Formats: sequence, structure tokens, C-alpha cells
Amino acid sequence: MPVSLPPRARLALGAGRAAAAASRLLRRGRGQVVGGRVMLKVDPALITRLAAGKQLTLVSATNGKSTTTRMIAGALRTKGRVAHNLTGANMGPGVVTALAADRAAGFGAIEVDEAHLPAMAAQTGATQLVLMNLTRDQLDRGSEVKMLSRRWHAMAEQLSDKTIILANADDPLVVWAARPAPSVVWVGCGQWWTDDAALCPECGATLERAADGTGIAPWRCPACGLARPQTAWSITPDATGIVTPDGTTLTPHLKLPGRVNVGNAAIAVAAAAGRGIDPAVALAACEQVEDVDGRYINTTVDGHPVRLLLGKNPASWAEMLRIVGTSGAALVTVLNARGQDGRDPSWIWDVPFEQLAPMPVWVSGERRFDLAVRLDTAGLELRGVTEDPLAGLAGLPAGEAVDIVANYTAFQELRARVVK
Amino acid sequence: MNAGQTIAIVHLFPTLMGTYGDGGNLLVLARRAKARGLTPQVVTVGPGDAIPAQGDLYVLGGGEDAGQVAAARYLRQSAGFKQAAEAGACIFAVCAGLQVLGTDFEVAGGAIEPGVGLLDAVTRRREPRAVGEVWAEVLPEAGSAAGLPPLTGYENHGGGTALGPAARPLARVVSGIGNGSGGPAGDGTEGVVQGHVLATYLHGPVLARNPELADRLLSLAAGGATLPDLATPYVADLRQEREAYVRSGKLSADSVRTRR
Ligand SMILES: [Zn+2]
Repeated sequence: MPVSLPPRARLALGAGRAAAAASRLLRRGRGQVVGGRVMLKVDPALITRLAAGKQLTLVSATNGKSTTTRMIAGALRTKGRVAHNLTGANMGPGVVTALAADRAAGFGAIEVDEAHLPAMAAQTGATQLVLMNLTRDQLDRGSEVKMLSRRWHAMAEQLSDKTIILANADDPLVVWAARPAPSVVWVGCGQWWTDDAALCPECGATLERAADGTGIAPWRCPACGLARPQTAWSITPDATGIVTPDGTTLTPHLKLPGRVNVGNAAIAVAAAAGRGIDPAVALAACEQVEDVDGRYINTTVDGHPVRLLLGKNPASWAEMLRIVGTSGAALVTVLNARGQDGRDPSWIWDVPFEQLAPMPVWVSGERRFDLAVRLDTAGLELRGVTEDPLAGLAGLPAGEAVDIVANYTAFQELRARVVK
Repeated sequence: MNAGQTIAIVHLFPTLMGTYGDGGNLLVLARRAKARGLTPQVVTVGPGDAIPAQGDLYVLGGGEDAGQVAAARYLRQSAGFKQAAEAGACIFAVCAGLQVLGTDFEVAGGAIEPGVGLLDAVTRRREPRAVGEVWAEVLPEAGSAAGLPPLTGYENHGGGTALGPAARPLARVVSGIGNGSGGPAGDGTEGVVQGHVLATYLHGPVLARNPELADRLLSLAAGGATLPDLATPYVADLRQEREAYVRSGKLSADSVRTRR
């Protein structure tokens, strides 16, 4: 049963719904953020009120938070109703909208922007926080990853033992952030991108890592002793299995490609187990996740099977390289640099595109020339450089498969065009 | 320049100073050297490694406070780096690397860290942070950088750098902040040149967007050799597109702080 609300909160809900409906009528997006903003203006305490009585799980990371939230929501749904936000609506307004949308839900699985996590954790009193990775993203905003780690660390220091953190043991910035919390479940999700965690977050010394390429290799600080904690859950070294606390290895058959999604499933299953859901049942729910707001979606454009992939920062692009490098599909890359993408696209030089050389590639988007110079330097064969990502398809043999990797705003536009 | 001549390029502390794609500068240098028949040998120096004294070109990227302080300490303590600088090796630094090569620099929290002292330049925190697209014209008096075409890049720094008499500015900004000392809009200068030491606030990476600057560094590293022209696909398009952007009204709409 939803808790009863005071008049101000009821007024806020009504005003928010009206604003969201108006926003949808005006075709200004899905109305989520607008409605949520109005609700919080009328009743700033609404998040706390709506969260009361729910078993809430907040999920935050630079990469994979939408997918993992979707997996956790799927697993929780095997047990009851789940409040759940849409991808990207992950600050206060998006969170309040998700909570308001299903007041009778006993569970919540909510993705939260990294910078807003401490405030959302405090306001919701969530009993589970899932912390996965912190890597460079949107550099022009100056939200340095170390600063985010410090904010999470300060949050963890304030937590009571009612809140359990599930944290990725393979990202030193996450480990250091989570460590002060009274209750932490360590999960070896894997972290293959290490460029943002060369130094110990505690003391600044250079971390030592076994470079075995597994993503779950031990790491430690030779100066202060900060080290990869003993994990309760972990992916296997080849990232094909999930080892549970009793030593059983589950084999995921995910619809989503790539080793990072095995790591995402591992922490999702661990979170679901914390809510009393059998790991095999939770994993079966994770396996059903097919696309996340168009990411990884398969569609057809002019007779070509097309798969849409999101590559929005060096760590996420590096994972996409593994997927597109072996798929045999023609590769189209798209780069924008608007506010939501980060206005500085120099991060493309941190992506090891050299791995794909001498593969042919089509280059597009508003910052296609930046990307063209990068890919040419990497030794790829540039087949076409056009603003429109779909322009190159006309020149392909009929029916040839295409992978399109785009960053955030380019991806949103493309999805709206090609996903019916 | 002799065909097959080896150019030893020393990449300094990329794990500490490489947040903004500056590793791309090395890729560009190596590729342009190879295209001229030179043999680039890139040596990557990590924390705790000895810095070779025999390099022809030393490259230092940008980074965050913790990495910057660590890099400054390693460089100050390095006999190899000191020896190379005294021997007149070409040294190129970007952003936090520029600050590190100066006399001293201030980090968040107000602490003043000693720099390497190769540039007559002092860096203090500035408000607001300088973030955005830059277009800058290289100054005729910019010593070993004089004569280069305009520089394009992206700046993102919370420090303002004031130059002393021994250092010269590299360029004058047409758009953007640059060195950024002397008030919110800066003093209009961008970058530093002092002998064979060149430094800039520009990312992009700067050598990908400004291949003539890359060639100038290679030329200095090769003992002043003249390099044959080299066309680079798409760079002209990129520069044209960036220039049109900074000269359009879009720039202020994207909330970059000043225009001149
Ligand atoms: Zn340490």
C-alpha cells in the first residue's frame, strides 16, 4: 500500500502530471523531466515522501547504469511491482517521476546520475546502492572522476547499516568510495579500462596491477595497502560465467553482447539476491533484457540489418571495439559534441581504434572531421565522410549488415529515425 | 635531415598526465615523422622510471591536480630530464604540463607547488575556469614557433599563467581565454615559448588539429631540418569547420565565456 500523502504532496503530483501531459502535447520529449521539475517545485520533499515504504535500489556508474538498472528491475519484477525510471532521466526530476508513476510498487530500481547520487541516496533512504565504475566522461564539465569518487566516499561515510552498498571490486575509485560504508557486498564485475585509476585514490601512489587482461585481476597500492577486496560475487576470468557466494558458476545467455554486460548481470543478480531472489531466477530475468532505450537494438534500414550501439566515452567505445571488430558488419561511426555529449571530443584519441585497422569505416555526425582525422591516423580505411550517418548505406551491397556506433545525442537522433 | 634518421620521442607520464586525449599528440608525431622517412622511437616514461637524457623531443600532456603534482616531483628529481633540457632538447607541454614546466603553480586548495623551472611562468588559480573552443594567431615574436598558421584547440583549465621576461607568448587568442592571467578574460596571450621549450593550453589533441606545429617540433627535434610538405586528409576540413564555428554566433550560445 502506498503511504498517504499530505495535501502539498498531492498538489505536487497533480501539477507534475499536468505539466508532463502538456509537455508531451507540445512534443517536447517524454515529459518526464518537465513533470518531475514541477513536482519538486511544489513539494521539495516529495522524493522522500514517495520513497517511504519502498525497497529502493539506486544504481550509478559512468557506464552501464541504464542496462544494469533494467536488469535489476526485471529481476525484482519476479517478486512484485517495481518503480523504474527511463534512461537518462536520472537526476531529481526523473527520480521523482519514477516514484510517482507507480506509487503502489513495493520495489524501486532507479538509475541515478553519478554527481546526484549522494543527494538522491539521502533523500530516498534507499536500502541498496549499486556502484559500478567511474571513468572519464564529458571532460568539459570539469566533473573529474576523482571528485566524483570523493563525493561517493563522503556519502558512504554517512550511511547507516540499513543501507547496503554493492560495489565493483575491480574499479579502485569505486572501492575507495564504498569502503567507509558499514555494509558492502563486493562484486567482481570486471573493469578493463584502467586509465583513470593509475594512482591510489587514498594516498596517490601508483597502483600495482596484474596485467592479465581479465578485468578481475588483483590490484593493490604498495604504499598504503588499499587493494582489491575479497569478492562475494564475481565474473569468471573469461567473462563467460558468474560465480555466486556459494561457489556455483552460473552461465549467462544474455541477449546483450559483450563482456561488460556479463559484469552488469553479475552485480544485478547480486542486488536481486539481496532482496531474496534466487540467483538463477534473477539471471533468467537479466537474460531477457534485449535493448535499453535502443542501445544494442537490431532494426532494418533500406533492407540492411542495422544494429545501434552507444559509444559515449573512451571506456564504452573501447568495449564497442570488441563487439564491432568481430561482427563482420560494415561499421558506421557517428560523433557529435553538443552539451549532453560533452563539447570537447578529444576523448576519441583515448579510444584504441588502432585495433580495428585496416578495417573500412564510414564517418559521420556534426564532428565527423575530428573523427575522420582520428580514424585516418589509426590506419582505418575511410570510405565516406558525411554528416548523415545513413548516407553510406546506399553504396553497400544489398542486405549487408551494418553496425552503427554513435555517441549520446547522435544516438538519440538516429534511434528516433530508424527505430519504428 | 637524413633518411632513416632516428627521432627519440619521450612521452612523459601519460598515466599521470593524459586526461584529455593528449596521447594523440604522440600518434601524430610518430606518423608524421614516419611519413618523412624518419624513424620515430617513442619511449614511454611512467612513475618511478628513469627519464632518458638522450631524447630529441619530450612531450608532457595535461591532467588533474594529483597527477600534475606527482609529475612535477618526478621531473624535478630527474637527472636525465635536467641534462636533456640543458642540452637543448625540444620539450613540448600541454595545459597542466605547461604549468608544471613553469616556476611554480597553485593547485586546488591553495597550495603552491614548485615547477620544473624551464619556463619563466607562474600559475595561480583563476575564476571562472577557462573552458571552450580556442582560435589563436601565432605571434611573429614567438621564437621557434614563429610563422605557424593559427592554432585551433579546446581549453579546459582552472589556472591562469603569467609570463616573466624570459618567456614569450606563443599566440594571441582570437577566441577563448588562453593563458588567462590578469582577470576573467585573461591577458589575450596563449601558450609559452622559451628557447626549445614550447607549451600551450590547447587540447584537441593540439597536434592533430595543428599538424604544422607537430612538424615544427619534429624539425626542432631533428636539429632544425626542413621537412617536406605532407598533406593530411581531413585536417583542412576540420580546421575550416572549427574556424567557422568560433567566428559564428554559436560560440556564445554554447556559453563559452568571452570573445574578442
Ligand atoms: Zn595508497
